[in-house]
Amino acid sequence: MSFTNEQVERYSRHIILKEVGAKGQKKLLNAKVLIIGAGGLGAPVAMYLAAAGVGTIGIADADEVDLSNLQRQVIHTTADLGKAKVKSAKETMQAINPDVKVNTYRKFITSENIMDIIKDYDFIIDGTDNFPAKFLINDACVMAGKPFCHAGIIRFKGQLMTYVPGEGPCYRCVFKDPPPKDAVPTCKQAGVIGAMAGVIGSLQAMEAIKYIIGKGDLLTGRLLTYDALTMTFRTVKLPKNHECPVCGDHPTITKLIDYEQAECDMHI
Amino acid sequence: MADYKIDDTIDITDVVCPVTFVKAKVALEELDDGQILAVRMNNGEPVQNVPRSIKEEGHQILKLNDNGDDTFTLIVRKVEDE
Repeated sequence: MSFTNEQVERYSRHIILKEVGAKGQKKLLNAKVLIIGAGGLGAPVAMYLAAAGVGTIGIADADEVDLSNLQRQVIHTTADLGKAKVKSAKETMQAINPDVKVNTYRKFITSENIMDIIKDYDFIIDGTDNFPAKFLINDACVMAGKPFCHAGIIRFKGQLMTYVPGEGPCYRCVFKDPPPKDAVPTCKQAGVIGAMAGVIGSLQAMEAIKYIIGKGDLLTGRLLTYDALTMTFRTVKLPKNHECPVCGDHPTITKLIDYEQAECDMHI
Repeated sequence: MADYKIDDTIDITDVVCPVTFVKAKVALEELDDGQILAVRMNNGEPVQNVPRSIKEEGHQILKLNDNGDDTFTLIVRKVEDE
């Protein structure tokens, strides 16, 4: 595959980089990334990956665009209110870059459908806002041998880490089980600064790009935390847990689990 | 006469910075280690910057020929890194 003149110009700032070059840009154009959640985190991930020329982007979400989403979900506009989030997200991505093929999944992921959805992708982005989905994505990615980037945001804080099969811990090594219902508020109950989704989602996009081009160090075995009020980034080293029930030496979780979600937390 | 055989030629006189260098870089990436690329470029900014950028990427500049029509042709040998 060789570049068209338009592609050379569109991706010139990538191709100039020694770490990317024509080779890296071709890797991006051939890559397939799945974004679960077309909300606050998913928005910057989808927009930056589309702009970067990631050739195939899948996006999964069952919801419609709501007025209260627009404070942080910058992929949707006021004109998109009531529209399926995946449709709105697809339109924005294709408006940014028509090179990108977008697959939409207008559904919540469950133990029944997740394996089938993730199987065609090289890298998965967890852009969900609830623990049942986060554990489900983790367990499915471990079982399917897929790398993924976890992230969570609340109030003025955010965190992320990346799982790559065979390298470092999975999400469950670090957070063994979902917290009890209502022990941790969702961003709906607690609030979140919109720009937090931009910061952390952009870092997830960066992890996906580094994974695809094969350069730099990923957040494997490290959890990055960001506190906007004190303006501090920290990385905490995390070991793999050999007793982990899903990725450990003797896994006890061999089937996907749909944890229950409190009624009021159901919306992304 | 030249002691090299040109494997590919590109013309970047119709584009401006940074697409000049980007086109040369893309063409070089498509060659094998040791192959030779000829790059025709305009006098002025391209001649000042493109050879330097190519050199910074680790490739070997063999020659810069003045074509006499306010363009230059840069002869580069590809050096594969890694």
